[in-house]
Amino acid sequence: MTARTLFDKLWDAHVVVPDTDEAPAVLYVDLHLIHEVTSPQAFAELRARGLSPRRPDRTKATMDHSTPTLPRGADGRLPYYTPASESQVEMLARNCAEAGIELFDFGSDQRGIVHVFAPEMGFTQPGMTIVCGDSHTSTHGAFGALAFGIGTSEVGHVLATQCLLQRRPKTMAVNVEGALAPGVGAKDVTLHVIGTIGVNGGTGHVIEYRGSTIRAMDMEERMTLCNMSIEAGARAGMVAPDETTFAWLENAPRAPKGPDFEAAKARWRELRTDPDARFDAEVTIDAADIRPTLTWGTHPGTAIAVDRAIPEAADAAAQKGLDYMRLAPGLSLQGTPVDVVFVGSCTNGRLRDLREVAQVLAGRRIAAHVRMLVVPGSEQVKREAEAEGIPEIVRAAGAEWREPGCSMCIAMNGDLVAPGQLAVSTSNRNFEGRQGPGSRTLLASPLTAAWAAVHGHVADPREFFARQPQREVA
Amino acid sequence: MNVLQSPTAQPQADDRRTLRVRSRSVVLAQTNIDTDQIIPARFLSTTEREGLGRHAFNDWRWRADGTPDPDFAFNRPENAGRSILIAGRNFGCGSSREHAPWALRDLGLRAIVSSEIADIFRSNALKNGLLPIVLPETVVQALMRRPDDELEIDVATRELRTPGNHVYRFPLDAFSRTCLLEGVDELGYLLARQADITLYEDRFHAR
Ligand code: SF4
Repeated sequence: MTARTLFDKLWDAHVVVPDTDEAPAVLYVDLHLIHEVTSPQAFAELRARGLSPRRPDRTKATMDHSTPTLPRGADGRLPYYTPASESQVEMLARNCAEAGIELFDFGSDQRGIVHVFAPEMGFTQPGMTIVCGDSHTSTHGAFGALAFGIGTSEVGHVLATQCLLQRRPKTMAVNVEGALAPGVGAKDVTLHVIGTIGVNGGTGHVIEYRGSTIRAMDMEERMTLCNMSIEAGARAGMVAPDETTFAWLENAPRAPKGPDFEAAKARWRELRTDPDARFDAEVTIDAADIRPTLTWGTHPGTAIAVDRAIPEAADAAAQKGLDYMRLAPGLSLQGTPVDVVFVGSCTNGRLRDLREVAQVLAGRRIAAHVRMLVVPGSEQVKREAEAEGIPEIVRAAGAEWREPGCSMCIAMNGDLVAPGQLAVSTSNRNFEGRQGPGSRTLLASPLTAAWAAVHGHVADPREFFARQPQREVA
Repeated sequence: MNVLQSPTAQPQADDRRTLRVRSRSVVLAQTNIDTDQIIPARFLSTTEREGLGRHAFNDWRWRADGTPDPDFAFNRPENAGRSILIAGRNFGCGSSREHAPWALRDLGLRAIVSSEIADIFRSNALKNGLLPIVLPETVVQALMRRPDDELEIDVATRELRTPGNHVYRFPLDAFSRTCLLEGVDELGYLLARQADITLYEDRFHAR
């Protein structure tokens, strides 16, 4: 048998009908995640054809994008941003009830951003194919799953047939070797990778992250890393499962239990790239080269280390990005005044991220002119953070502690960065207007974001560690 | 089995069917145009597919006070009615929102020409009769310089032709080509394979 990559093994195990010159492969989907924004038209299509979902048991739903992050009002009503947002959420509830799909709604203590709640629940498991009408589905690859985003028509295909038509993508290995310096985390790694291979460097590929740096990461860090694979154009990112993965799943409520778990673990151990397997492309990165990293432009590929100078615009698009951001080449981003700091999203809205932020904010105040939102990625993250006293630290520092949801990452729910304001955000996209019309976004790690909030301008988070004894580092 | 065999009605078959596009072009030379620009997130609260054209490129087309920006390509009178967009490299990157091709179709576009088109956008476009045409960067640059040439895109021959009789072959897999020519949709194709799917489930998954 020829040597295969992790991706090859996952692909081969899910082919229902192999691809030919005439048609793509029919690929089976183990887990389908849905949310309110990209599913209504898919249900409508099924209804128009007289079809019903084939495997509601393999479909899990949550509400996250259009949902308010402020608590219910005195009248008990949720403060939806627009009537359209509310009716979108209601439509999801109706569609799920009709189809018998399990929904994690406002009544559930497990509701959350789709890419945060599913791994917490243990729905996300090694070896699975996982899809969602959302490009950051790549997050679930952290568990050694083949997970990718699809469009709404395809949401309909999966609802109706539990399958997708897919051409086999190419494979790319991203090897990261060595130890990360204090103050440098998974978000810096992913921004560094995108800055290295480019915003389209992964197009047509599935990335496998490998190397000692990755093996040393916990699951939350691996999710941060895989989450942003799409920002390099890749369909998916993945990490081979190991003891770290199994330890997470052992505690997840809906993962296999007892003897089933042991049997699953034996299968999951096989999910690794064979020693002689070849990737279509390979990139190797030295962890020692990675510093705290932010973006300066209007796509995630414009990533530079915090102490590096903003480069000259290489083309008209880069110049447009600089103009939009009101930044000039030559100086580093340090000292750039900040109006808003956003901590949250499926990239950095997990407990580890909030702990890092709390560590910086403890005993400090954010700058008077800065508005800071801290938004847990799920009800579970919120609960765990509360148990550690994180909301109190956040509030005492002068920042807002919110209810779980996508919030300012996509700015659909009324959590907006005002026109012209500059935000340091732990989310994944710095596109023009992503956080509200006219908003300007610098992507960064939770540490960098919190450190910027305290200073009122971009600053090097390694300074924080220079002042702290090492053992306090989470 | 015949690719064209579909056991259910196809409400939008005519919409999906695209044999040929003949038009002058609109040029957006910028690289990395993401789907947040094509249709900003605040317009995604809709539960419909229709009516998004008004908001296509919303924040580039309309100023904050709601008046059109006269310099933006889609606001220039000479570009009215054109159905081919020539765009910079890596068009459609970012979010997987199918609202992007819905908005562009609703705006009147039938084809996007670029030297690179992002994976998910490409897949979404094909399902909505919007042709993703990928040509070498030098060709795209040359086409960008002559937006008033009437181009002809032929799905059957996979060719883009210029009035100067240049003929460029573009890649289009056999399956997508058939779907476009016949107005067949992928769901119909998948539904015709339900027996295979059941067999797979029986073999590999406890049902
Ligand atoms: S947090 Fe942002 S990127 Fe993640 S699912 Fe929500 S909107 Fe998408």
